[in-house]
This record gives sequence, C-alpha cells and structure tokens, in this order.
Amino acid sequence: MITRSAHEMSAAMVKGEVTSEQLTQLHLDRISAVDQQVHAFLHVDTEGALAQARAVDAARSSGEKVGPLAGVPLALKDVMVQKGIPTTAGSKILEGWRPPYDSTVVSKLKTAGVVILGKTNMDEFAMGSSTENSAYGPTHNPWDLTRIPGGSGGGSSASLAAFEAPLAIGTDTGGSIRQPAAVTGTVGVKPTYGGVSRYGLIAFSSSLDQAGPCARTVLDAALLHEVIAGHDAHDATSINAPVPEVVKAARSGDVKGMKIGVVKELNGDGYQAGVRSRFEESLELLAKAGAEIVEVSCPNFEYALAAYYLIAPSECSSNLARFDAMRYGIRVGDEGAASAESVMNLTREVGFGREVKRRIILGTYALSSGYFDAYYGSAQKVRTLIMQDFTKAFASADVLVSPTCPTTAFKIGEKANDPLAMYLNDIATIPVNMAGIGGMSLPCGLAPEDGLPVGFQIMAPAMQDQRMYSVGAALEAALLTQWGSPLLSKIPALAGSK
Amino acid sequence: MSQLSRSDVANLARLARIDMTDAELDHLATEMDVILAAVARVQEVATPEIAPTSHPIPIHNVTRPDVVSASLTPEAALSGAPAQEDNRFRVPQILGEEA
Repeated sequence: MITRSAHEMSAAMVKGEVTSEQLTQLHLDRISAVDQQVHAFLHVDTEGALAQARAVDAARSSGEKVGPLAGVPLALKDVMVQKGIPTTAGSKILEGWRPPYDSTVVSKLKTAGVVILGKTNMDEFAMGSSTENSAYGPTHNPWDLTRIPGGSGGGSSASLAAFEAPLAIGTDTGGSIRQPAAVTGTVGVKPTYGGVSRYGLIAFSSSLDQAGPCARTVLDAALLHEVIAGHDAHDATSINAPVPEVVKAARSGDVKGMKIGVVKELNGDGYQAGVRSRFEESLELLAKAGAEIVEVSCPNFEYALAAYYLIAPSECSSNLARFDAMRYGIRVGDEGAASAESVMNLTREVGFGREVKRRIILGTYALSSGYFDAYYGSAQKVRTLIMQDFTKAFASADVLVSPTCPTTAFKIGEKANDPLAMYLNDIATIPVNMAGIGGMSLPCGLAPEDGLPVGFQIMAPAMQDQRMYSVGAALEAALLTQWGSPLLSKIPALAGSK
Repeated sequence: MSQLSRSDVANLARLARIDMTDAELDHLATEMDVILAAVARVQEVATPEIAPTSHPIPIHNVTRPDVVSASLTPEAALSGAPAQEDNRFRVPQILGEEA
C-alpha cells in the first residue's frame, strides 16, 4: 500500500479497501522502521496525524463530500509553520518554538483533509543544496545512504523516496524543491511566484521563495498543487487569478504540437555524461509523443548564479534580522546586566549555523553603502536580463527544458567545505526563480555510471503552470512504458523494510 | 587581491548583530574573497541602461477595509517568548544604567 501513488491511495479509501487511519498508521510504522537511517523527519506528530485521519474517516462514512486527497498522508517541510507543532526551519535559533498560527498552506491542507504526518528536515532556513546545513544533522538519500538527498528540501524528497509519505510540501528559492526531487527520483514543482501563498512560510529571500508540491507522480503533484494554490489576502504578492488547470493537464498529458525549447546554455560542459544521455533520450520520447523540439539560447543565464548569490543573501540578511531573541526562539546570555544588544549578538552567534552566517555577512556587505550599486544593484539588472532571455525563448517555445542538475547525488561531506562548488548545483534551477516562472523536475532514469536518479526540468511562463504538467505527464507515461514499472521500484530496500 | 580584511568582516558582523569568534572572522574573510570574486561577474553585463528588477511580478500596495477581525490572544502571542512578565515580553536592558 505505501508504495502506491497518492491518487491510488485515495481511490482505495473511496472503495473502502483501507481507511485513512489505517493508511496513516502504515506510514507512521514505516517512519518508525526506517527513519533512523534516513532522518527525513525532525518531528513526527503521531497523535495529531491519527486524529486528522479519524476525522476524515468519520466524514467519509457519514456521506460528507471530501476532496480528492482527503485522508492521504503528507510530510511538511519544517520551514512551514503549523500551529502548536515544533517548527525550526532546520535552525537551532528556533529550537522548541511552537507557532501560534497555521500558515495558509497548512490551513488549505487541513481543509482538504490531508493528514500531516510531521515536519521534514532541511538546510537551515532553506540555505543549501544538500540538507547538510541542518542544525539537526543531515538527511540521507534512500537510494544510497552515504549520499545527499538534495536541499534544501532533502527531508521532503527523502520521505517520498523512502515511502514514508506519498506527498510532501517543499519550498523553492533557487531549486530547493526541484534539485532534491531530481536526486531522489521524485517529482517536485515550483509554481509560478505568487501562485501559492507565502503566509506562514518562514522567509529566506522574499522575492524568490515559493512553496510547492512534492510527490512520486506528476498527477499526485498536480492534485496537491490545486489544494495549496490560490489567492490569499494575507500575502501581498499572491496572484489574484484562477489557479492554472494543472490536474486536467496532468490527466491528459497531451503534447501534440507543443514546442519544447532546449536551453543551449543549460547542458554540455559541467554536466555529467549520464545526466546528458538520459536527458537526450527523454527529448526523443517527447518528440515521439508529438512535440516539436527546438533549441533556444539564453545567453545571460551564465550570470544567474552570481546574481542569485547577491540577491538571496541580501534579502536573507534583512529577513533574518527578525531573529533577535526578544519575542520567540532561543535567548542566550540574558544574565545580570547584559544589554539587549549583547544578548542579541550572542544568541545569533550561537543560534545560526555557518552557511546562514556566511550569507548574512555577504548580504550585509552587498547592501552596504558604497557597494550597493556594484553588487545588489548589478544583480538586479542581471535579473532583468534573465527575464528578457526567458521572454525571447518563450516566443519560440511553449515550455523550456534542461537537466535539473548537472550531476546525480554527491556524497555527504563531499562539498561541505566548498561553498562555490555547492552553489553550482543550482545552476540550472536558479533562472526560474529569478524570473518568477514555474519549474518542474521529474525523474528520467538512472545515470549508467552510478545508478543514481537523473532529473528532467520543465519550465513554463508565469501562470502557465499547466504546460509543465502536460509535458511532465507525457514524458512520465512514455518512460513508464519503456521501464515497465516506476523508477522508484528499482530503489534498494532499506534495512527494517517489510 | 584581498577585497575584505578581517576587520571589514568584523564590522559587517557587528552590523549584522552576530558576535563572531576570531577563528570565524579569519575563516570568513578568506571565504568572502572567493565568493565576492565569483559574484562580481554581474558587473560584466550590468550596464547603466538596464533597468533593475526587484520582483518578478508587479508589486503594488494591497489595502483592505479596516475591519476588526480575530487575532492572536495575548497568551498565544507570548507563547514563544524567551521570557515574559505581566503579560508582556520581558527583554534585557535596552538603555545604559550609567545616567
């Protein structure tokens, strides 16, 4: 049962083959059996999840109309606040904090009857590409426990690949949904900026942050996308327009006549051979399904990484100023006549990890008088150029595609002391965030040289998210025909598996 | 060429309210040089005629009628406070005591 897709689990509940309580218990048992090895979860809300499940079962048996994902369990990235549930964003500075309110995403999940199993591990404040920056220890990739599960949402992606949950919520500032999906053989979608409310999402870089669905199939991601998307008066950047028809697109998977643009700059040198070969094969499958493959050029993408590592740290240095040890979170050194400032300084020194401090310092520098124009100002101009590249490319293609990441999952510790090497992981995912458009990653096979999953990235213009689902569903169907079973059926069994 | 000295980083840490150790400052000063050299590439293409973009979508003020609605209770608002007193946040001293 736990290896099924969310929509299959939902169908089983509709048929009365299983209750939500049973389904939830199966996942809780799985977490107990394997999470010591994977460490996808920072907190498991056993009682809360079972209570939510029983409520859905009661509603269903009394004939109430429930949503398509009602009763299906989900893993929530720890950057999303949930009332009364420990929320840390992977940081020591928030250790023990229990938010007094629900984020809009959590409210929507609860209304839809989705069962929240617990909170998943992540790089501290979503800064990282490996989940090694969590203050609570790394998460391990279920494909190979010595490797990273991606980041920042490595806990969410690992929980899906380890069959601890069929659905998860991620957030994507520079690739934190798509890169973890790619390296774990799962599906992850970053919706159009403003498509999903940021209310209750602990801010890292406000002009880039976007929450989105993580799942094991394209249709499951679409079903979750529709649950969490939509206008929210609590978020001033929320788009007040109808949610793109992503479920309809995922069900049809029709790409006949669609133009698919291969971004010349996001392939080639620096991309692992097996990543490139799986990507090329996927293009052939899409062509066979009736799409037209064209090449597009986005010359300014080569500056995206540099611009991102100015914009994101600048915004984070401002956003993280709220952690001042006064109203919530830990407080260190509040003894005797210690001043508020010294308590603040000491708390932030103890509470923040290395990468967070590095980015706060970088951002503080980039925003400081005398350097603002040269760094932050220039980065904002590059952002304009990247958006222009996308506009031109979308004039000749309905969607753009690339490998999601240059390589498959690397070893834990391999890049931990080389920030620039770590940042390069996001080279293909960052342009999407800079332009605020939608991006999806779905598995397109295993790299022959290491047997690890490869991700295929699809990018669509703002508020045309349904196009990613059409292409994703078409490719997923073609690959499934070729493989005979989903990619995750090839994952090695974890110790403790039944 | 070293762009940031150790004392530059110490000043940034002070502005950012982080009480860093000497070892951290030394390490960061070295790392900042490498990172700044990499990100400075944006200057190659950021010519004066290009307009900067701060946000991917047009941002405008969002207003609503000033209607009283449910909000956090004092207990909920104080629930995460590191210290509280008389239904208020208790904070360390803000002003010096010399005066």
